[in-house]
Amino acid sequence: MTYLTPSSPSPAVLAVTGLSKAFTLHLRDGLRLPVVSGADFSVAAGECVALGGPSGAGKSSLLKMVYGNYRVDAGAILVTDGPERVDIARAAPRRILKLRRERIGYVSQFLRVIPRVSTLDVVAEPLRLDGASPEAAAGRARDLLARLNLPERLWSLPPATFSGGEQQRVNIARGFIAPRDLLLLDEPTASLDAANSAAVVELIAGKKAEGTAILGIFHDAAVRTAVADRVIDVTRFGASQ
Amino acid sequence: MAAPLSDEAPLLVAEGLSRLYGARIGCTDVDLEVYPGEVLAVVGESGSGKSTLLSLLSTELAPTSGRVLYRMDNGLRDLSALSEAERRLLLRTQWGFVRQNAEQGLRMAVSAGGNVGERLMAVGWRNYGDIRAEATSWLDRVEIAADRIDDDPRAFSGGMRQRLQIARNLVTRPRLVFMDEPTGGLDVSVQARLLDLIRSLVSDLGAAVIIVTHDLAVARLLSHRIMVMRHGRVIEAGLTDQVLDDPQEPYTQLLVASVLAA
Repeated sequence: MTYLTPSSPSPAVLAVTGLSKAFTLHLRDGLRLPVVSGADFSVAAGECVALGGPSGAGKSSLLKMVYGNYRVDAGAILVTDGPERVDIARAAPRRILKLRRERIGYVSQFLRVIPRVSTLDVVAEPLRLDGASPEAAAGRARDLLARLNLPERLWSLPPATFSGGEQQRVNIARGFIAPRDLLLLDEPTASLDAANSAAVVELIAGKKAEGTAILGIFHDAAVRTAVADRVIDVTRFGASQ
Repeated sequence: MAAPLSDEAPLLVAEGLSRLYGARIGCTDVDLEVYPGEVLAVVGESGSGKSTLLSLLSTELAPTSGRVLYRMDNGLRDLSALSEAERRLLLRTQWGFVRQNAEQGLRMAVSAGGNVGERLMAVGWRNYGDIRAEATSWLDRVEIAADRIDDDPRAFSGGMRQRLQIARNLVTRPRLVFMDEPTGGLDVSVQARLLDLIRSLVSDLGAAVIIVTHDLAVARLLSHRIMVMRHGRVIEAGLTDQVLDDPQEPYTQLLVASVLAA
């Protein structure tokens, strides 16, 4: 664990430069929808940066580009991987998958449910893929689900039939279980009540203390104030032009 | 059982692979690499050339031009240069092929245990007790009850036959498995069970898989990378979630937009 002081800023875990992206809708006569243009920002270890701006400003799309889920038209997304810096905008699929396994965690707004897999296994999987024993991974998964107040009777069930808030907590537990250098959070508290939001705020604080760099979208102003060190206004990247 | 391979070099490489049927194109100018443990999905509509490509890669069909290389203990080998004995050994020991029609992938008049056990015998298992124990264990892994071991697959439902085919192909822990629409023609609930089994077994074994499917949901669930084919050509390829969530080509956008959300 590293402790950082303002006078010794750590090197960026994530550095985004000149990032531009537009969608071209071929089924709509090639209509072009600009998302961002010339986006520049970085996130250091132990720092939580919030993406701000109205709906449609391109916040989620930016997160998806950093995760390698959306393609990029121009610019670079540099992620530190040990001694290397990998440009997600140009990396081969295998390289991106390796980063996702080892460096980057992502909590999306919706859980993509895999048929028949229990909640406990869904949550424990990233830690098991890291090489933890099944028992250790399951133990950590139980701890997290308990902290997020997910009723124990649900743990052995696949999350397909859960409510939105329950699925979101499963998703958060899965995203937080394994140590990652960079964590991307897309509205992690959107469907949660105050008590469960507070549990997520605490988990985020814990990750920051461990040195995780966090880039997130937090609509809830109280949550944003509690976790974010800086807010980046995405509208300044010219999304609407 | 094959020894583990470094995953830093490709297991299978295709270069400029083409197959013409007279003047008609089966598939043309396909380049690809598959790494150990990687699942590659080939998607496209009927007639896009995806099944022709699978036949070329698995040496069931000879290419009109281009070649297929496979990493053996002595490096990458051109498969067309293998002797028939070497090719058969490879098919038996290092490869699997799961077919859409289980009747083509199973021996229908041989018991379930025999279907699994004969693959073990082909790689040198001799002790009857060991073979039966391993076959029973694999039937259990694919959720076929132990008391069905002596039944032949003609008495099995479509979903059970497909699970038996999975066991028959994975029991020897192959390095590379070809799958041609493995869930085609099955009920949706049966499909989900089969997909979950394929997903977990392939990941446990670390096998590389090339799976042909027209079902984008199957590709999303199982594959790391995807190739989209149309008129015999690869028109778009990349990370599976990237191609499906941010498709670039007009045809890929049409395919993705045509899926009904349940």
